[in-house]
Amino acid sequence: MARVLINLPARAKRGEIIEIKTLIAHPMETGYRVGPTGAAIPRDIINRFLCTYNGEEVFRAELFPAIAANPFIAFFTVATESGEIAFSWTDDHKETQTEVRQITVE
Amino acid sequence: MDERSPDPPTRRLVLLAAAGIGVSRLVRPAAATPAAMEEAIRALVGEATVEHGKVKLELPPIVENGNTVPLTVTVDSPMNEADHVSGIHIFNEKNPQPYIASFDLGPRAGKAVVSTRVRLADSQQVVAIARLSDGSFWSDSADIVVTLAACAEG
Amino acid sequence: MKALLLAVIAAVAVAAAAAEIAPRDRRSGYDFAGPESRAMQDDDTANPGMLGVLQGETLWAAKAGAADRSCADCHGDARTSMRGVAARYPVFEPALSRPLDLEGRINRCRTEHQGAAPFAGESEDLLAVTALVARQSRGLPIAVDGSGELRPFFDLGSELFHRRQGQLNLSCSQCHDDNWGKRLAGAVIPQGHPTGYPVYRLEWQSLGSLQRRLRNCMIGVRAEPYDYGAPEAVALELYLMARARGMPLETPAVRP
Repeated sequence: MARVLINLPARAKRGEIIEIKTLIAHPMETGYRVGPTGAAIPRDIINRFLCTYNGEEVFRAELFPAIAANPFIAFFTVATESGEIAFSWTDDHKETQTEVRQITVE
Repeated sequence: MDERSPDPPTRRLVLLAAAGIGVSRLVRPAAATPAAMEEAIRALVGEATVEHGKVKLELPPIVENGNTVPLTVTVDSPMNEADHVSGIHIFNEKNPQPYIASFDLGPRAGKAVVSTRVRLADSQQVVAIARLSDGSFWSDSADIVVTLAACAEG
Repeated sequence: MKALLLAVIAAVAVAAAAAEIAPRDRRSGYDFAGPESRAMQDDDTANPGMLGVLQGETLWAAKAGAADRSCADCHGDARTSMRGVAARYPVFEPALSRPLDLEGRINRCRTEHQGAAPFAGESEDLLAVTALVARQSRGLPIAVDGSGELRPFFDLGSELFHRRQGQLNLSCSQCHDDNWGKRLAGAVIPQGHPTGYPVYRLEWQSLGSLQRRLRNCMIGVRAEPYDYGAPEAVALELYLMARARGMPLETPAVRP
């Protein structure tokens, strides 16, 4: 499981626009680097990021090798209701890591 | 949320060329672009014209290190059901690939602002294109200077 | 780059003798970094170095070695027990009659008290634990002075700092004492204070130690870099920390 840092408020007012910052540890190997033997190091990146709010998709990103290592993605969403905001990152091996945070909306 | 055409890029280009439409005239983001980036943008926008405006692409004008460059795209939009940004797409000129990232949003975003950190291989132009809910495309571009780091590993 | 460095050499050759930076003129690399890098450093939820600190927290709690002990078993909560520790390193270790840097101390704990194999030099795990420990000194003034039993090692470090080396025949002092603030190609020359190690260097896209950064400098002047853990490397670390005495630690810093 890669290390993850997520910044999102634990509480918000209904209708408030909140900022979410996410950071995940990953080398984002581009596939363009050459190793010590001269052979290319194969590409290995996180290529998809998804945010759902109580199960509904609110934000999605498709990432390419041009995204720097330890991908940082910050975006906004409207605090509509209390519940779970889930974040998932999928890599080139089709493996997904999901993190869930709770939010209380008054 | 993504309304991108299902047609593969090559098929669309062939159709456009066959129709005698000057393909290079249909896509005009902020400034001149080299071929690969232009083709990637064309694959996104199809036959539509890309207007300059509404979008603000923020990057440091001289980057401290091309390996990790903070980037923010802001699009001026009410972000309501009737009028919102549905996608933000970022391209570059001189990296091995023209694509940097694509973001899908909608009215639930509240604000059409995304931030990330990118790799830029050389001094080049970066282009951000926003697709609005009415199907229109808007863009901004930035010319970035990238220098080599002092005292590195190699 | 080589032409510019030669120009610097020529300029420095006719300049006055190397002068130490007056204490009130000392500035951290933070002050020479751009606003975006500073913003990255200032936000613990956006600072990629903090991912290493998170990893360090896991390792801190993990049992290891023949003694089946974790760091926490002896040291409890790092946030209290490790406060101020990194600001004092390198220290003199009587059992070895030489200075130990923080990485050296962590590995000595592993072998002596956990019965575990030391972390490999510059490994992700070693950097993670070092970053966790050093993070607990953030904001505290560096408290190394190189006196007493450390004196001969401090003197060696000072000599290495002022010695011309490499194909470009430049000393650390010529750039970092005499020409800080000026540009070398696209980069601003900082004063070279180790205020944020382990540091997230954008060039590396990862955390790295002061010794790794010094190796980069030496490659920059085309000198043979010191091996990790070499006596010269530790002596230079000691000298640099003493030179930065009183400046607050910023670990994990973000630098280009």
